[in-house]
Amino acid sequence: MAEILNQKQNFLKGIIKENPIFVMLLGMCPTLGVTSSAYNGLGMGIATAFVLLMSNVAVSLVKNVIPAKVRIPAFIIIIASFVTVVEMILEAFVPFLYEQLGIFIPLIVVNCIILGRAEAFASKNNIMASILDALGMGIGFIMALTVLGAVREILGSGSLFGLKFVPDNANTFILFILPPGAFIALAYLTVLFNKLTNKTI
Amino acid sequence: MSKKESSFLGMLLSLLIITVISGFSLGFVNDLTIAPKAKAKLEKKVNALKLVLPDFDNNPVEDMKLIKSEAVADSVEIYPAYLKNEFVGAAVIGTTDKGFSGLIKIMIGFKPTGEIENVVVLEQKETPGLGTKLTEDKFLQQFKGVNISTFKLKVKKDGGDVDALTGATISSRAFCDATQMAYDAFIKNNGSLIELKN
Repeated sequence: MAEILNQKQNFLKGIIKENPIFVMLLGMCPTLGVTSSAYNGLGMGIATAFVLLMSNVAVSLVKNVIPAKVRIPAFIIIIASFVTVVEMILEAFVPFLYEQLGIFIPLIVVNCIILGRAEAFASKNNIMASILDALGMGIGFIMALTVLGAVREILGSGSLFGLKFVPDNANTFILFILPPGAFIALAYLTVLFNKLTNKTI
Repeated sequence: MSKKESSFLGMLLSLLIITVISGFSLGFVNDLTIAPKAKAKLEKKVNALKLVLPDFDNNPVEDMKLIKSEAVADSVEIYPAYLKNEFVGAAVIGTTDKGFSGLIKIMIGFKPTGEIENVVVLEQKETPGLGTKLTEDKFLQQFKGVNISTFKLKVKKDGGDVDALTGATISSRAFCDATQMAYDAFIKNNGSLIELKN
């Protein structure tokens, strides 16, 4: 019973209690860089979550055979390989998204959420727990990026997932598609998130 | 001593094995995706060609010519279009690095007379919401059916005929620059393109 409860905890903590974006404020580079629309945020979130899941599984499998001194280089090679796989698949099958995300796809390699989970969790836990941890963190990340992208898209371009709901020549808050808007939107969303989850900042 | 040696060997081996595995699996995925990747690229090009050219029945991608140009270091790509062996126009790739964030790449379809049939923007990194408006019809509309020999390809602020985008004069200027480059390449080679097929 305690085991099941523990696994549930592994999964849920990434979504709310230890949400990588709104609580731990990790991986800010892609978070602020690509979320100019909800679609971009969702795409980036899924790509990152996939790499996170695969690298957590791989790291958890090889954790006992890798000497402690070279574990970080080994993790980086594993992560970089999965990122390259994602990059090739996106370019082949979703070229539109590949163009939109651009340089941020290779930069998933240095996303500290992924290396952080590999080092702090997957290298110490069994494969089942690592999968649940990656899924929880991944979903938390996708959710945060999609919400941030949606807010910026609604305010900045007057549309959601590309569906425009304002007239063509309407004045929208262009600020929110530009980099400063990313910081402002993220700050307010973080406040809102922590308020809703009853956290004192 | 021996312990240290063995751990060194252990480190070496574990890293070696990981890199070899990752290298081979990347090669495998690359083999899988290389065909769809090329197809996606080609599809995008063909779609753009269909937009900017009048009806054609040849394969402009196969008939593509690379032309040396003084304006840019790279050669210029020209895609000639033929209908029943008659030259009906050509699509030219115009590039400029004078955009607000560097490279802008456009494809322009010219009729044999030098009139612009249509323009599409292939690549740009302009400011979202300002410079990116140059990909929208509202801006591109003004170039349709225009003959550049009688049209001043400059923004109105510089004494030309082009309506610049609000808040994105630099992007608009760069667009004119790329259009001019494509036009020059087209006019220089117009004659040879007509003869080629006949």
